Parts: sequence; structure tokens; C-alpha cells
Amino acid sequence: MMMFRLAAKSNVPPYAQLAEQVRQALMTGVLREGDRLPTVKEVVGSLAINANTVLKAYRELEHEGLVEGRQGIGTFVLRRPDGPPPGTHVLLARSLATWIAKARKAGLRDADIESMVRSTLTSSTSEEATA
Amino acid sequence: MSAALATYGLGRRFGSKWAVQDCTLSIPEGRVCGLVGANGAGKTTLLRMLAGLSTPTTGDLEVCGRRPCDDVAFLSDVGFLAQEIPLHKRWNAEDHLRFGAAMNPRWDDDVARERLTALQIPLQQPIRTLSGGQRAQVALALCLGKRPRVLLLDEPVAALDPLARREFLSSLATAVADGDLTVVLSSHLVTDLERICDYLVVVAASRTMLAADIDDVLASHRLLTSARRDASVIERDHVVLQRETTQRQTDLWVRLNGPVHDPAWQVNELSLEDIVLAYLGSQHPLEQKQQLGTVAS
Repeated sequence: MMMFRLAAKSNVPPYAQLAEQVRQALMTGVLREGDRLPTVKEVVGSLAINANTVLKAYRELEHEGLVEGRQGIGTFVLRRPDGPPPGTHVLLARSLATWIAKARKAGLRDADIESMVRSTLTSSTSEEATA
Repeated sequence: MSAALATYGLGRRFGSKWAVQDCTLSIPEGRVCGLVGANGAGKTTLLRMLAGLSTPTTGDLEVCGRRPCDDVAFLSDVGFLAQEIPLHKRWNAEDHLRFGAAMNPRWDDDVARERLTALQIPLQQPIRTLSGGQRAQVALALCLGKRPRVLLLDEPVAALDPLARREFLSSLATAVADGDLTVVLSSHLVTDLERICDYLVVVAASRTMLAADIDDVLASHRLLTSARRDASVIERDHVVLQRETTQRQTDLWVRLNGPVHDPAWQVNELSLEDIVLAYLGSQHPLEQKQQLGTVAS
């Protein structure tokens, strides 16, 4: 069963945070086709949030065709979002960890690494766009 | 969707002082409404009038389609938990449950008991030996045991530590998820309200400043910043709640009535807490024509 979390200080609305966590769980393989999502009541009880927040998140996922609500039984996973197959994330995470270790060894602080990632992300998207 | 609670020009005066003035609002069924305001702003008086414990000086109100003071049957529809959590200190939870069963026609003993058992609250120990969090949970279980359609809670978590507060709000959220319940709870902790509420009422100095769906509130309030600049165009199109001007910079806390056309203003999102603070320091009470959430949803 997947567990939801909510960031206390975030500009992302709570329902969007929940929906994104389901998408991430589907991408990484934590959730698979046919799995049941936690019931609204379970999420509401564990996070102390409004039921409409959960309903809104589930409706959005339903609209995207990722899950399906079945009357009186629960909400079930239909398919993964479009994207790379499950193992990809684990492999990339491993090589990133190696890279980070290398960067730290070279004397970069975490803040340096973060800003390097951000600037590389922006510069590489603009390269792709002009290519 | 019909309104569970509605007030029309409601006011309550104590001597020469108005505790609540000209309060017109309506809270839809099934909502969890947060009531925020500084101490002495009139939150408790408003809740007491909704609960039928205080008679309005002016105006009118309707709770579940009834006027609270008219009708004894009204009492079974409404649960009210006062701030001081009034339980009998020498009684235990079991005594309170029996009392609840005897006093309330729609009493659901299983609901109340299951809650207390799930929270591992000892039913046989006198209330005075329980922690603040446990007392609050006993009181909430009693309120829910009477199966109210409207639940009014006055600062229910103010005295609780962060963990007990989370547990209390979790119990409350679960009860609402079970359906057929509208809640109004007052608090000055906006972060607590932000999670559990979907409707917000802000009161300041006895006036209602804002009453709207929280999603609409977040979508329609922005902080505009610019190099020092005249704000009259913004004031014409929108409602400026607060401003701060320094030698070089102008900041405006604004309720938008549409897009901001002047690109000189940088438009920033505001957290619910920032919005509430802007209203508490503002001179702009709610005007009917500007009321949010009246747009068809």
C-alpha cells in the first residue's frame, strides 16, 4: 500500500501533491496495474486533510486515464503514465549517486551541486530547443 | 448545493459593544469551514449564535434550515464543543457515554465507543486523570456520538501539543469523510486549518472580512511588487488589502477581480497564512458584490 506525504510549506496545492505522488509511484513501479489506491478515508485519517482534497487528486488521475474508481470497492490503477520502463529510474539514480559522491570528493558543496544541476537542466533544454 | 448554515445581517451586542456586526454568509453542506480572526474578533459569539446558545441582537440565521432559538428539535442536529472542553472531571468516559445515550435521541453508541477504543483512551479512568489530548478526543467522540449534521468547534486544538493536535484533526477529518456532516471550527493556527478545511471565514473587529472556498481564495489573492509606483489603477480594478511603500519599492496585497495588465507589477502567489494576515490588518470588510465563491462552481 502506498503512503502519501504532504509538504507543509509548498506552493503546490495539496491535491496536486497527492496526484504527483501517485504518478511517481507508477513510474518507479511502487504501484502496478490492478493495485488499489488507499481509500479516501485512509488518506484523510493518516494525513488529517480534507476529503475533497483526496477526491480531487483521484479525479484528476482518473481524468488522465491512470486510475479508475469502482463504485463501493475503491480506486484501481489502470496503467502507468507514458515514460521510461520501471528499471530506468533505479539505474539512473545509481549513476547519479556515483556522480554526486565524485562531486563531493572534488570539494563541491550540496548547494553547488544543486545549482549546477539546475543550470545544466536549463542550458540543455535550450540546446535541444535550438537544435 | 444547499447551505447548511446561513446568516443574514447577523449582529450581537453586549452593552454598548458589538461582538458581531452585519454578518452575512452561507456555508455549503458537507464543508469544513475554518473560522479565523484575532482574539476578541467575535468568533466565539458567532459560534454560540449558530449553536443556539446566544440570541442575535439584529439579523437572522438558519442552521440546517431551522432558526436555532425556535425549536428544541434543532438541538439534536447540532454538536457544539466549547473552548474549555466542558467534561465532568470526576466522571469517566463511560459515564459520559451513558449520559450522551440518555440525552440524545439519535445517539450512536458504537460510533463514540469505537473512536475511543481505537485511540486507546481508558474508559474507566476519571476525566481529570486524562491528558489534554485525550480529553479533547473524549469530547469529540461525544459530539460525534449524537450524530449531528452540523458540528461547531471553538478553538478545539488551541491547548493541545502538536501530536495531539494532529490526532484530533485526523479524527475530525475521518468523521467528515464518513459523510453528512458540516463543520465550522475556529482557530488562529492557519496551518492547521489549511489542511483540513475547504472553506474559510475571516473575521476582524466584529466584521466578516472574507467568506469563500479556500481554492478560490488562493487563486484570487496575489502580492504585487514593483519599483515605487502609483497604485491608483490597481485600486480601480482590484481590492487592495494592504500596502507597503518604501523609498524604492511598492508592495500591494490584492484581491484580484481579473488579470493584472500592467507588466511593471510582478505578480506573486500568497500562502493562506499571508492572505489571512493581510485581511486581519485590512480595512476592507466583505461586500456582497465582491463576495467570492458566488460564481457557479
